[in-house]
Amino acid sequence: MEFSMKDFWNGSRRALARAITIVENEQDGYEEIMKEIYHHTGRAQVIGVTGAPGAGKSTLSDNLVKFYRKMGKTVGVCAIDPTSPFSGGAILGDRIRMNDLTLDQGVYIRSMGTRGSLGGLSRKTADAVKLMDAWGLDVIFIETVGVGQSEVDIVKNADTTLVVLVPGLGDDIQAIKAGILEIGDVFTINKCDRDGADRLNVEIEMMLDLGEAQDWRPPIERTIANEGQGIEDVVNGLNEHRKYLEESGLLEERRRERVRTEMAEMIHDRISRHVMKEITETGKFADYVEQVYERQTDPYTVVDSIVGDIFK
Amino acid sequence: MADKKIRVLVAKPGLDGHDRGAKVVARALRDAGMEVIYTGLRQTVDQIVEAADSEDVDVVALSLLSGAHNTLFPEVVEGLKAKGMGDVLVIGGGVIPAADIPGLEEAGVKAIFTPGTPTKDIIDFIKANV
Ligand code: B12
Ligand SMILES: Nc1nc2c(ncn2[C@@H]2O[C@H](COP(=O)(O)OP(=O)(O)OP(=O)(O)O)[C@@H](O)[C@H]2O)c(=O)[nH]1
Ligand SMILES: [Mg+2]
Repeated sequence: MEFSMKDFWNGSRRALARAITIVENEQDGYEEIMKEIYHHTGRAQVIGVTGAPGAGKSTLSDNLVKFYRKMGKTVGVCAIDPTSPFSGGAILGDRIRMNDLTLDQGVYIRSMGTRGSLGGLSRKTADAVKLMDAWGLDVIFIETVGVGQSEVDIVKNADTTLVVLVPGLGDDIQAIKAGILEIGDVFTINKCDRDGADRLNVEIEMMLDLGEAQDWRPPIERTIANEGQGIEDVVNGLNEHRKYLEESGLLEERRRERVRTEMAEMIHDRISRHVMKEITETGKFADYVEQVYERQTDPYTVVDSIVGDIFK
Repeated sequence: MADKKIRVLVAKPGLDGHDRGAKVVARALRDAGMEVIYTGLRQTVDQIVEAADSEDVDVVALSLLSGAHNTLFPEVVEGLKAKGMGDVLVIGGGVIPAADIPGLEEAGVKAIFTPGTPTKDIIDFIKANV
């Protein structure tokens, strides 16, 4: 299929799907697409869903999407699963929990592999979200891979982060270690059909008390996602947080910060690609490696001279 | 430009509950560097077509051991065509009598892999045909 921006703006799902592919693979023309859509982004409410593997993120997202659909919103889901570092392949299985949504034309679901990125998202997640936003989806969920740690990327990409915890996993301690409590704007204790929800609740409250007092106190909801219980409470929590972000001016602050980090990353990326291309193509890099390996020189001197040469 | 990764939807249409083969194939394709979207058991033809559309896959890989392949596989091919996805490679596998294979190929299923097929054959076929 030929891709055309006209189809994209006319609401073709095929065109949205193809645009994400082109951008994800950095195929020819991807920058033109991003340039054209950028002005139309910033409308959607972006919600991150994170938590340990198997905590119920996808099942919960499925239910949350249905709830927002009942409120008349169109919804996008960007579901990330880990790419195998060995083969570069991935099994993307989050959709299994969202099969009911597949035929709803007001919902767009896209699965992505992390493709070497470590922060729980893929490097192109932010762009995929922007494409969904510009295409006109009202609410966008990002489901991170469940590595249970260093999921901080989600904070940079979402307006509101929902952290899903499960009782009885020793999750509480893990969560504290991983810094997951700091990133939650709303918490839910999922799998409340199991023992230990009260205890986990107390532990989260205690940890939140230890932190610096903030204007926003993250609510702790309870859900049984596979039975659809507690969903409304989570939605209320998310919407409360949205209201808080808007009224406090924090939404603008977070989004401005996002622009800043995004641009810094792009500059970093562009420069390092340029430099690496330059020195690998001329064969200089291999020579330098050899010289450093032989201890004829040291990496600090070499890097100074490489970077100095290019940016004189 | 980065290499375009091959994306495959592995789907089980109809009521068939045999999922070992589909899972074996999914894992083999992952290990060959592909991104495999697995949607689980009991998918309708419409669900498969919609998922293929949203996920913008290069390949739809259908697994069926129940005997319903002669109706369901061609329906998927037609559904994809109707969505403007006629260029997607459709392949199938499972318990499929040899006598049915020519008819399926005629209907647009590009290859059928029956029990005992080494997964390498499947990988090679996909790589040669996307
Ligand atoms: C294991 C098995 C089961 C297990 C399934 C467990 C599971 N979760 O998968 C259980 C015990 C549950 C089961 C139940 C039944 N089974 Co059963 N089962 C089998 C058996 C013995 C092996 C299947 C298997 O797992 N093979 C191993 C996998 C790895 O091989 P595979 O699926 O063939 O996949 C390979 C290829 O076919 C190909 N492939 C497969 N899919 C795909 C997809 C793509 C895209 C590609 C490229 C390749 C590909 O690649 C794979 C690797 O080589 C077969 C007999 C047989 N020898 O095939 C019967 C068989 C499939 N079952 C059969 C029947 C009838 C049933 C039941 C209806 C029995 C009953 N009366 O209750 C139920 C129905 C279950 C249901 N809900 O659908 C019949 C089907 C008859 C038919 N097609 O006409 C068979 C053929 C047995 C027979 N000879 O009668 N079964
Ligand atoms: N008992 C119970 N099981 C649940 C609940 N919510 C989800 N599950 C089950 O937990 C399993 C994992 O659910 P998923 O939604 O796939 O979890 P996930 O966090 O998306 O998993 P990954 O994406 O693999 O990290 C599934 O079998 C669900 O049916 C719940 O509230 N109670
Ligand atoms: Mg999931």
